[in-house]
Amino acid sequence: MLPLALRKPLVAVSLLALLAGCQATPNTELRGTGDLGVVVERATGSLAVVDTSHHRILARVEGLGDLSHASVKFSRDTRYAFVFGRDGGLSRVDLLTGEITHRVMQSGNSIGGAISQDGSLVAVANYEPGGVKLFDSETLEEVAEIPATYRDDDGHEQRSKVVGLVDAPGNRFVYSLFEAGEIHVIDMNGEAPEVTRFTEIGEEPYDALIGPSGRYYIAGLFGEDGLALLDLWHLEEGVQRILPDYGRGEERLPVYKMPHLEGWAMAGGEAWLPAVGRHEVLIADSGDWSLVERIPVHGQPIFVMTRPDERQVWVNFAHPDNNVVQVIDTERREVIATLSPGEAVLHMEFTPRGEQVWISARDSDRVVVYDTRTLDEVARLPSESPSGIFFTDRAHRIGL
Amino acid sequence: MPLPAPCRLLLLSLCWLPLAALADGSLSTEREEELETLLYQDCGSCHGMTLRGGLGPALPRSRMNAYSRDGLAALILQGVEGTAMPGWQGLLTEEEARWLADHLQNDNPLDE
Repeated sequence: MLPLALRKPLVAVSLLALLAGCQATPNTELRGTGDLGVVVERATGSLAVVDTSHHRILARVEGLGDLSHASVKFSRDTRYAFVFGRDGGLSRVDLLTGEITHRVMQSGNSIGGAISQDGSLVAVANYEPGGVKLFDSETLEEVAEIPATYRDDDGHEQRSKVVGLVDAPGNRFVYSLFEAGEIHVIDMNGEAPEVTRFTEIGEEPYDALIGPSGRYYIAGLFGEDGLALLDLWHLEEGVQRILPDYGRGEERLPVYKMPHLEGWAMAGGEAWLPAVGRHEVLIADSGDWSLVERIPVHGQPIFVMTRPDERQVWVNFAHPDNNVVQVIDTERREVIATLSPGEAVLHMEFTPRGEQVWISARDSDRVVVYDTRTLDEVARLPSESPSGIFFTDRAHRIGL
Repeated sequence: MPLPAPCRLLLLSLCWLPLAALADGSLSTEREEELETLLYQDCGSCHGMTLRGGLGPALPRSRMNAYSRDGLAALILQGVEGTAMPGWQGLLTEEEARWLADHLQNDNPLDE
């Protein structure tokens, strides 16, 4: 609190400002949030609140802890951003005021989270201790903890790191257990969360995604080629393995960075996925999940993301090939452009209807905005070590 | 804690590192800065930017000093079989790996 003596002059100053009709700060504007977003600035542990219509940074929110590998979800009213920090911090940020409304340290090490279909719960995927925690989305009060336990080869109970946590229709959450090789579904319709386990789904699921309809959950496997698919309309059918032999007989390259599966790339009834340890993007038929094609690209893909109209797929790459982004024409299935936004490109985010894309170049300390039709750069914003970029339209999309 | 894989690597490294390795201190300041960025940002994508761990284990000073410097450098270059730790020898020289090992052992911010 300010000392009393200081408060009066401040009141006087703000009254003067009002009298002068001077609305200097964005906080005083009455505005919507549909064209807002956030950029995670991992080195400084801050979040830049951005306006995607005018390519402006509206506010910087600091004090969010260790944001290496941080991810963000939005409340369904798209006013609040939930920030999942690597250090286990969960923060709720008001995009309009640029303030942290709530913050809890909920674990020692976490990887991401999800918001429930009805918007009432925020779930966090934890590495240490391995499991999922659920919080009330308005107060961040803990509602439940679900340890990710499994039996190791010696029959001892262990806790597994949780990856690929997503929301699913029916007020459910789905996630994968890295060491255990399992997929779990939590149903929140009863009094307590009910967990359904699927075991032996494959070696080391490292990340997962859920399709835009919320029907298919797919976990990428690090310990073997292929992916694990769960049809959420038919849990009784269990998990099936897809693309089990996409690289059979070929040596994998060293994987310097795990691919990310968030941001399912679906185009024309086909799923576009990053290959692990290969300079390829894989295309699978989403009807029978057979491999349709392998497209050679610049390096090992990290994010493979479809422009919302599905005409283009944009790909970024693992170290040391991470200074470029490639654009693939989904009809011709070939790379049509290689762009150089800066050094260490970490993430890409399309505007809601896809006319522009924002790209973070960590080691160039900037975010570059491209027109996706002309592929020309249209804006550049300074940002220290930017990583994830998240726009509020994610609030209304299943799995994002 | 038993560390069979690193021990194996340590033995390997004894035969494998050339005796006439380059003297330390010959990396340019610029390259050292790049290596520091690599360590905290790129190694950090698995081990955490603060080295407190992620999909990969935490790398505190105590754990790093359980290895010899050259053993740790060999582990960085060759990776750890059966885990997600890749060998970095396609991207780093032996001298650069030793610089990283030295940094992890002596300039490690995670003093645990």
